[in-house]
Amino acid sequence: MAATLETVEQVKSLEMEKYKYGFVTDIESDKAPKGLSEDTVRFISAKKNEPEWLLEWRLKAYRHWLTMPEPTWGKLQHAPIDYQDSYYYAAPKSNEDRPQSLDEVDPELLKTYEKLGIPIREQEVLAGVAVDYVFDSVSVATTFREQLKEVGVIFCSISDAVQEYPELVKKYMGSVVPYGDNKHACLNSAVFTDGSFVYIPKGVRCPMELSTYFRINELNTGQFERTLIVADEGSYVSYLEGCTAPMRDENQLHAAVVELVTMDDAEIKYSTVQNWYPGDAEGKGGIYNFVTKRGICRGKNSKISWTQVETGSAITWKYPSCILQGDNSVGEFYSVAITNGRQQADTGTKMIHLGKNTTSRIISKGISAGKSQNTYRGLVRVSAKAEGARNFTQCDSLLVGDTCGAHTVPYIESKNRSARLEHEATTSKISEDQLFYCRQRGISEEDAVGLVVNGFCREVLQELPMEFAVEAQKLVSISLEGSVG
Amino acid sequence: MLEIKNLHAEVEGKSILKGINLTINKGEVHAIMGPNGSGKSTLANVLAGRDDYEVTQGSIFFDGKDISELEPEERAGEGIFLAFQYPVEIPGVTNTTFLKEALNAQRKYRGEEELDGMEFVKMLRGKTKELGIKDDMLKRAVNVGFSGGEKKRNDILQMAVLNPKLAVLDETDSGLDIDALRIVADGVNKLRSENNAILVITHYQRLLNYIVPDQVHVLAHGEIRRSGGKELALELEEKGYADYSGEAA
Ligand SMILES: Nc1ncnc2c1ncn2[C@@H]1O[C@H](COP(=O)(O)OP(=O)(O)OP(=O)(O)O)[C@@H](O)[C@H]1O
Ligand SMILES: [Mg+2]
Repeated sequence: MAATLETVEQVKSLEMEKYKYGFVTDIESDKAPKGLSEDTVRFISAKKNEPEWLLEWRLKAYRHWLTMPEPTWGKLQHAPIDYQDSYYYAAPKSNEDRPQSLDEVDPELLKTYEKLGIPIREQEVLAGVAVDYVFDSVSVATTFREQLKEVGVIFCSISDAVQEYPELVKKYMGSVVPYGDNKHACLNSAVFTDGSFVYIPKGVRCPMELSTYFRINELNTGQFERTLIVADEGSYVSYLEGCTAPMRDENQLHAAVVELVTMDDAEIKYSTVQNWYPGDAEGKGGIYNFVTKRGICRGKNSKISWTQVETGSAITWKYPSCILQGDNSVGEFYSVAITNGRQQADTGTKMIHLGKNTTSRIISKGISAGKSQNTYRGLVRVSAKAEGARNFTQCDSLLVGDTCGAHTVPYIESKNRSARLEHEATTSKISEDQLFYCRQRGISEEDAVGLVVNGFCREVLQELPMEFAVEAQKLVSISLEGSVG
Repeated sequence: MLEIKNLHAEVEGKSILKGINLTINKGEVHAIMGPNGSGKSTLANVLAGRDDYEVTQGSIFFDGKDISELEPEERAGEGIFLAFQYPVEIPGVTNTTFLKEALNAQRKYRGEEELDGMEFVKMLRGKTKELGIKDDMLKRAVNVGFSGGEKKRNDILQMAVLNPKLAVLDETDSGLDIDALRIVADGVNKLRSENNAILVITHYQRLLNYIVPDQVHVLAHGEIRRSGGKELALELEEKGYADYSGEAA
């Protein structure tokens, strides 16, 4: 991806600068003790030199977490998670601990990089190889920050934000996803290690797509990532999360939280490509991805748009949602979820209409192949005061083969008679006729599947920023390899 | 160019083609006529290498090469094109994308250089103009929401772009109005050259006024029962297939 390349180039040209922010040096150990306890939480907070209020917030979350049951409503099956069998804080790996060259990296991973057309240098970064141009998040952030500072945009790690903009963080963190929201979000609140913070001031249109790419080397922060984006009145920002290339990660459990806030006339466009390790063909290994993403349209005429392409992880549990509080605010959810092998995805959205004349639009494309299970779960709720609320929902499922499952679970709750809610759902199969038609024209079977599925997802893929869209198309095809024939 | 010898084929265990012999030389146009269910589409599918159609006996040589083991996409690359009796819809994939993928896949198969976007679009525009097909058809998803006639025309556009050595047209004339019939016939006649061959499957003599065949064959009960010149089509139109109704002795 162009953005990454640019970044890599930029990093190379920078002076090597070790982690300056976010990690204090006076705590000797680089790893929290194994398992989860108040001590773990204190350790993380101390490592990050956090103010007292944040430690208290984390502890509150931790104590609440102990009392919370696991959510069980998803159509997902997995063994109980042993929370005591994990490390919750590890400093980024030193060069000595990393693979020394691509020769030491899983060949399967390299094959995928090749298919995606990722240059060698980027492959090294993605695979976590010890490279001479150390991928220092902080220094890259600094470069970007300078360009953004000119227009007053704040874009930094959430750890930095805690130090530098504590009032903003204090005001908004947990305001959209309270720590007690659900068990996974609660865990994140207690032990989050890093993430991004964005603030777009009044009237500013962010001059570039903001991307988490440049923090790719922080392999371990993916685990409990926390992102907060605030768009002040009349501002606009487009934010890209994730990566089409599969990333190496030893942590099985991921529980991220993303919070978005838009004021009057502001807009946030949040795009994700998720391609974490899905596990092997028998379903061994693979990431458990439990994500809580929610945005609130606080101001009138504001807009939040989620676009996601979910192809990775053994388990995906994720419902990017919009609370439409401001009058005339707009929420959108565009989703492609692909499951193959033994993957399980339970994903969808919640559109909560509170303000007058609020509108929401849901376009979900689920593709299941292999022995996977793919569920769309969505809620549209219209409160009594949401006069004139409108929703349009379209959920399409595509089956590849006949050993997979696709499920659509829409919930609609309307307390206002004037609401206009439309729901359309289809389930179809890739037909032999389609494949033969393509093959008769010269297109190989595998490419034919890719083509048909990309066509199926088109409405969603075209919502992605250009630089993402092209790779996402390739990713869609690659994710379905081995699903026919 | 095409040499079919004693071809037997079955679908789902049911024997349908029972010893077809057919030779088509470069530059020739052949027509196959025959009653419903006689095996015409089956022959087309077998030529194109469709999965469930199993050749149990005989051989198919194309350009001197035995193609019976080749995958459908490889046969396409060799230059065999099939215009479908029922063209298939592919939602979300524009005609332009589809044609570019197809053409470049074939070029790659033949070891030719792939066309870039610009070159391709230029060529494509040329073809639509030649065939009198509107450009906005290119932006639409393959056959989605197309009328029956539009689908057939779209197949002819694909043929023009892919420029096959052998085009097999399976009832491409069915459901066409007079103007569309002319477009289709024009397209076929444009392809016609001393290097190409065309096999037209049809129920109607009318098409053969536009695409004049060198030979006409009657396919009944999985066999070619009779072959003749273009006048055979007129005779069939008059008499029907009563003479061919019996099973082979
Ligand atoms: N996939 C299939 N499964 C079962 N039977 C089939 C299949 N395809 C074709 N057949 C049978 O094979 C026979 C020949 O069919 P085919 O489609 O080749 O006829 P046709 O000559 O093209 O007829 P028409 O003029 O109606 O298009 C028919 O009896 C048909 O039912
Ligand atoms: Mg037929």
